[in-house]
Amino acid sequence: MDLIFEIGSEGRKLSLLPECDVPKVEVPESLSRKKELHLPQVSENELSRHYSKLAKRSHGVNDGFYPLGSCTMKYNPKVNELAASLNGFTRVHPLQNEKTVQGSMEVIKMTENALSEIAGMDAFTLQPAAGAHGEFTGLLLIKAYHTDRGDTRRTKIIVPDSAHGTNPASAAMCGYDVVSIPSQEDGCVDLEALKAAVGDDTAGLMLTNPNTVGLFDKNILEITRIIHEAGGLCYYDGANLNAVMGIARPGDMGFDTVHFNLHKTFSTPHGGGGPGAGAVGCKGFLTQFLPGHHITGDAETGFHYEVEPKTIGAVKNFHGNFLVIVRALTYILTLGKEGVPEASSNAVLNANYMRVKLADIYDIAYDTTCMHEFVMSLEHLKNKTGVSALDVAKGLLDYGIHPPTMYFPLIVEEALMIEPTETEPKETLDEAIEALRALYQQAQDDPEALHNAPHNTVIGRPDEVGAARNTILRYIWE
Amino acid sequence: MGSYVPNTDREQQAMLKEAGYKSFDDMFSCIPDEVKLKKPLNLPSGLSEMEVIRKMEELSEKNVTYKHIFRGAGAYNHYIPAIVKSVTAKEEFVTTYTPYQAEISQGVLQSIFEYQTMMCELTGMDVANASHYDGGTAAAESIPMCQDRKHKTAYVSSTTHPATIQVMKTYCFGSNTKLVEVPEKDGLTDKEALKRMLSEDPEAACFYVQQPNFYGNYEDAVEIGEIVHEAGAKYVMGVNPIALAIMKTPAECGADVAVGDGQPLGMPIAYGGPYLGFMAVPKTMMRRLPGRIVGETTDHDGNRAYVLTLQAREQHIRREKASSNICSNQALCALTAAVYMAAMGADGMAEAASQSTSKAHYLKDKLAEAGCKPQFKAEFFNEFVTDCPCGSGALLDALADKGILGGLPITDNAILWCTTEMNTKAEMDQVAAVAAALISGKEA
Repeated sequence: MDLIFEIGSEGRKLSLLPECDVPKVEVPESLSRKKELHLPQVSENELSRHYSKLAKRSHGVNDGFYPLGSCTMKYNPKVNELAASLNGFTRVHPLQNEKTVQGSMEVIKMTENALSEIAGMDAFTLQPAAGAHGEFTGLLLIKAYHTDRGDTRRTKIIVPDSAHGTNPASAAMCGYDVVSIPSQEDGCVDLEALKAAVGDDTAGLMLTNPNTVGLFDKNILEITRIIHEAGGLCYYDGANLNAVMGIARPGDMGFDTVHFNLHKTFSTPHGGGGPGAGAVGCKGFLTQFLPGHHITGDAETGFHYEVEPKTIGAVKNFHGNFLVIVRALTYILTLGKEGVPEASSNAVLNANYMRVKLADIYDIAYDTTCMHEFVMSLEHLKNKTGVSALDVAKGLLDYGIHPPTMYFPLIVEEALMIEPTETEPKETLDEAIEALRALYQQAQDDPEALHNAPHNTVIGRPDEVGAARNTILRYIWE
Repeated sequence: MGSYVPNTDREQQAMLKEAGYKSFDDMFSCIPDEVKLKKPLNLPSGLSEMEVIRKMEELSEKNVTYKHIFRGAGAYNHYIPAIVKSVTAKEEFVTTYTPYQAEISQGVLQSIFEYQTMMCELTGMDVANASHYDGGTAAAESIPMCQDRKHKTAYVSSTTHPATIQVMKTYCFGSNTKLVEVPEKDGLTDKEALKRMLSEDPEAACFYVQQPNFYGNYEDAVEIGEIVHEAGAKYVMGVNPIALAIMKTPAECGADVAVGDGQPLGMPIAYGGPYLGFMAVPKTMMRRLPGRIVGETTDHDGNRAYVLTLQAREQHIRREKASSNICSNQALCALTAAVYMAAMGADGMAEAASQSTSKAHYLKDKLAEAGCKPQFKAEFFNEFVTDCPCGSGALLDALADKGILGGLPITDNAILWCTTEMNTKAEMDQVAAVAAALISGKEA
């Protein structure tokens, strides 16, 4: 289809602004723009239809099953959107006097309190904008803690080789050397490898539990004890929190700081890549380092901004992705103390249901009770038929199903990671199971068709190598 | 309680059985007892939709909203065309993830490609990323783009928004980077000091200047660029995207990196977020950009297609050697900006910019007549600082009584004002009248 720059014609426009009601002031010549500015020249009808066309060439959770492992693509409730569009939230300036933003401050305080309870932590900051941004923030808390104690030898962060790529990248941004330790086959931490890695240079450990193979690491208390005894702190990557809300808490597992992805676990939409929110929680001894404005007080006596005495500063302007926080609070209030664990229980049930119904033909990376997601290895299938994880993923597109996460975690060959979430009915799971079984059969019967899948999408497989080699990253006017 | 779990209790029990479990407890026996939560969460009981929206309305009503807004300082109250919300509320855009699967994500990918094109046009640069969190983080992440083994120290002008400097400082604490503030003089970067500081530091990596700066003043961006390049450092400009419709582009000023906050491009002020960080560079710097980038290619039938590209920079490939840890960005805000720019067009954006600056000049004159003298002589865009002889707090309170959010008090006796195309002459006359009454009353 055409780019927006290829439709419309010179002079077409929308009527949006009134005439200026004061004398016009020109920008001085020395400061004024010289280069012509090319932007679309379209009518409102053309503009509207252009984006309707683009929408039809996009696939969201609303369009079908989206079992993208590690991303928790659950349904995005509409009442959350309604709450986030209330004038009292959208028309408030971030630098208003605190007396005039008591509602926003209460939203933040309520969300922090609820998240603290779910995490088993003492305090939260909602300033980080995304999961990786939360990791960065949590690691800065760890860095500030060691720095404050004058303990400057601690230059290393331990990260299992099964971890999300953001973990080592965040550690590097905090000036740490990354020590990658091998995982066991089931993705759990190898205690001997961990013991060998720790020392008086250990700043901390980054871990997600359940791990990226979808299993709960039973040795978690031993793991966090080993780190603490070495003088390090433990960071919980909350990417997989949807498995354990109200069931087990990072704080009780021995973690000192944690981030939650409000856009995964707390149902706020992902918007094609964001905005999200990476709320960061910590134990009491780390609260003095939290960034941004910390909100104190209560609804009776009023809320106040405070800056923590040894704050790391600010990781973002203002108060975080506030309208995302409004959506997450709406969700938490809707579910409440009963609904929060119910969500996790059903997320885990849906995953195990799918796992059991696929295990007779697909190799499950570690076939035991999984948490909210499980990983299949298509290594044998590929050896036998030549059909890869990528081929099966692309084959799913023709069934209207978004593929699982591919080739992650790195410790599993030909991995497909399936996370159904709790908001899918049994029928959807059954359809996906049927589709995956049919693709398995097709791999034996007609592998060529799968190498060329998908067949029913608006484009076929794109040439990604060509895109990176001959970079076209913008439209050029002639 | 509210719930989004579709399966009924009966269905759940049947599924448990089929999966080989007696009960949920049986299924969760994979979690060791000693880390299990033994009590219910200390949260209120769940609510119906009607109850929850009432609760959220109550909370929203505890905020004070103002009919007329004269406060900017990083959050600008521009007009948002109706089409913007209509497009960005489409569920296909709202509920989709990062477009990893290109075949079913051509709409999202093309919209990002179009956004990248528009940001390149605005800034005059060759390559823009798909977005960053906000202007502050984009500024902070421009620093590692400019560092190499020989160039370590980062410099920032004191005329930059204090919040942005704070974010840069925090990121520099992380990366063990020395961040040095270059002093200001008369509301502008002190160019002599800049020249001296950079010439004395062979390790200078970059200098960041905000244009227009925190006070609204236009920096001498071309000459600053020459000073920075002469010292062998990279030049980073933080720019207001509306001003770019009429102001010299970062490319025309010689910048190596252009960043900024895209909030003025169709996003509500919304207590500070979500906003949009943008980053754009010349082609020579493209492999140092953090974040997603969409590129054009073809499929096997030769159809035009869009994909995420240059991913070898990113964390999921490069891990600790990545250009940044960024994964989730602000994609829906980038879509918002693209729809805004398409709706406004070049002429519409120039008109919004022109009205914003024209109104600021009008208000400045009116306030001066009322007794609030401007603090600086420099040319300015849509923000300016005045004295406030009656005290900032007293004037702002008097304006608030009339439903007006006045400028940002930067001291007890100085206010940073802001106007956009949204402010009418009548409102501005009213602001000046309130100020005049208060000041003359005090003097009398």
